[in-house]
Amino acid sequence: MIVLNTYEDLRKAYEELSPLLNKRREGHAGIPTPHKRELLVCGGTGCHSSESLELMQALQAAVDEQSIDAKVVQVGCFGFCAQGPIVQVMPDNVFYVQVKMTDIPDIIETHLKGGEPIERLLFVDPASGEVQHDHASMAFYEKQERISLRNCGLIDPESFEECLAAGGYLALAQALETTTPDQVVQVIKDSGLRGRGGGGFPTGLKWDLCRRSPGTEKYVICNADEGDPGAFMDRSILEGDPHSIVEAMIIAGYAIGANDGLIYIRAEYPLAVNRLRIAIREAEEAQLLGDNILGSGFNFHLRIVLGAGAFVCGEETALIRSCEGHRGEPTRKPPFPAQSGFRGKPTNVNNVETLVNIPIILTKGADWYSSIGTESSKGTKVFALAGTINNIGLVEVPMGTTLREIIYDIGGGIPNNKAFKAVQTGGPSGGVITEADLDTPIDYESLKKIGSMMGSGGMIVMDEDNDMVDIARFYLEFTTAESCGKCTPCRVGTTRIHEMLETLLAQEGDEMLLTKLHNLCLTVEDTALCALGQTAPNPVLSTMKYFPEEYLRYARREVKKSYWIDPEVCIGCTKCKRVCPVECITGSVKKAHVIDENACIACGACAAACPVQAIHKPK
Amino acid sequence: MPHIEFDMSILDPALLQELDEFIEVQEFPQESIIAILHKAQELFLWLPRELQLHIARKTDLPAARIHGIVSFYSFFLEEPNGKYTVSVCMGTACFVKGAQPILDEFRKQLGMGPKDKITKDGVFSLNDVRCIGACGLAPVVRVNEKIYGHFKVEQVKEVIQHYRELEEQAQ
Repeated sequence: MIVLNTYEDLRKAYEELSPLLNKRREGHAGIPTPHKRELLVCGGTGCHSSESLELMQALQAAVDEQSIDAKVVQVGCFGFCAQGPIVQVMPDNVFYVQVKMTDIPDIIETHLKGGEPIERLLFVDPASGEVQHDHASMAFYEKQERISLRNCGLIDPESFEECLAAGGYLALAQALETTTPDQVVQVIKDSGLRGRGGGGFPTGLKWDLCRRSPGTEKYVICNADEGDPGAFMDRSILEGDPHSIVEAMIIAGYAIGANDGLIYIRAEYPLAVNRLRIAIREAEEAQLLGDNILGSGFNFHLRIVLGAGAFVCGEETALIRSCEGHRGEPTRKPPFPAQSGFRGKPTNVNNVETLVNIPIILTKGADWYSSIGTESSKGTKVFALAGTINNIGLVEVPMGTTLREIIYDIGGGIPNNKAFKAVQTGGPSGGVITEADLDTPIDYESLKKIGSMMGSGGMIVMDEDNDMVDIARFYLEFTTAESCGKCTPCRVGTTRIHEMLETLLAQEGDEMLLTKLHNLCLTVEDTALCALGQTAPNPVLSTMKYFPEEYLRYARREVKKSYWIDPEVCIGCTKCKRVCPVECITGSVKKAHVIDENACIACGACAAACPVQAIHKPK
Repeated sequence: MPHIEFDMSILDPALLQELDEFIEVQEFPQESIIAILHKAQELFLWLPRELQLHIARKTDLPAARIHGIVSFYSFFLEEPNGKYTVSVCMGTACFVKGAQPILDEFRKQLGMGPKDKITKDGVFSLNDVRCIGACGLAPVVRVNEKIYGHFKVEQVKEVIQHYRELEEQAQ
């Protein structure tokens, strides 16, 4: 067991343990480590779902059995989730994707024994068709700058030694030993770091407000209630680098003058909860949490509070209510949590991605951090790239990167030769961005200007087949279900908006309904109590703005709901006719077939069965 | 006012004792009510009214307040789940990749009505869940702890079949 009583203990531990990661550091390949090779297996939720855990155990067993000089390490998320499970072989820097159990003998024989990388397991760039040998040169990674995700995919998140080897808690030591709380706040202010949970409020200022609030009992809370559907950066950070969050919480406590911290995390993230529990226990055993941390005289205690499935608890006042054992209903601001929060005491709430930046800002300095990004938004942002896009995964880019670079260069564009239609940022609180605005450099202000928002970083790409009215309905169904019910504009307003969208989609509305819908959206935006309600109409407003024709077609009841067969292309093979569950396709062998518009249920079975792509989706 | 009968004897005494011990070590039981409910659900698998009443008495909170919390948070169950819980992810990424037809197909093949949450024999529960964060594998279906990624409507039949067979073997 490692116990760190003084700054000297920590620095010594770092020096001793640092070589542990030599094999994984660039330019350190030749430096000796206990093992010749290391096999890094992704242990995030995405890869766990693709059985990476079983894969890791089998790899370990095979390596042991054949006495191969290699170590199998479970690391955090590499971000390339759609290609999981991922295995990276170091120091060869070979990046295998979609590795299966059946590939293990080959990895052992060809690579570990023979020294030859296995071509068929390497990633093939969908755009160029080229096999990618080095993951750093892959288009997916080339434009990324991994600061928040610096330790994800590098260290074993369940190993305290590897955390220390990566420089864990050095920033804390530096802060406690050489700076006053005011100086720490000043560094964070100077760095220009803003809240990554969606609001974009300057973090240093938030800390300062809480620090200046009168009272000796104060709290810091980490908001890990990541509820935005399609966003999973906080989960990946907690799973891949839990100690950085623990370290950042202690630093925040020191800066603000709080001796207690809470991490409010979703119960739906069992893996993240477990790794966080391990990290907290390790930090407690090492006496990095508790009384007189590193001999500084500063005390800090940290505990986990489990959420229970309520999107609104991502809103800080609702989150605080939930921590106190209530329904997660937001309260009016002011008073702000910095004045009166948890147990009525000054409280500082920061999101996971915000906190993970704290240690590295203290280590590398405010000037370094503020040199990255745009005028108003500093540093990097992690986005969860999903939807109809080739390279689904977690990407981190400097602020100011354009959406086009993210979608086409990093994301590899739209699959199946479909046309790009829109990208939704900010989840249920944000809006769609179209082709015309793809060259906008991303920052908090620019996204707001084009009718969306940064949000927590979900980025859902949609292609020509996605129906925008239906997408708006989907988001409103979500907010309607997640409205806490406290204020009328949100409770009733979102329900009515959802109903109107249902009416439109059933082609039972008219153009008058569009006007009503638009007005109601503006009313809810102006009158709801919290950010959830105020932003709930955004998906409707933005799709109405950019795709008015789609709303008009529904209002005029002109939308065809059935599939159709192109007679020019149809070869009359009868395959579609045989799979149709409602028997609405007619036609004889080698003659073009026809779908009965009124009977078709648009299940898509015929289109999937057609060998010549003659059957098209309803437009 | 209608009189509601509570039959507290339905609660397993051994599990209750474990729960009581958990409540007793809480520094602030009222503040930790959500953690207590998590523990209760972990032990009893769901939160019948009798259990909510028991917790209310133990923590000196009104039963209405406990019920208010239980009904507010979607994680807490007020009815039992089936032996196999089929969860179709309805996160945005899964939705745009066709999660709805998959949910409909499960409903159809399990013979469930639009409002049903559990099959008549109690073997399967079906629900749509919020994003489970495996967007890279969209659309995603989860059966208990097992994740099925890149799910296709055609797989519904074989998945149900698989668990029916498991159930038969268990019996």
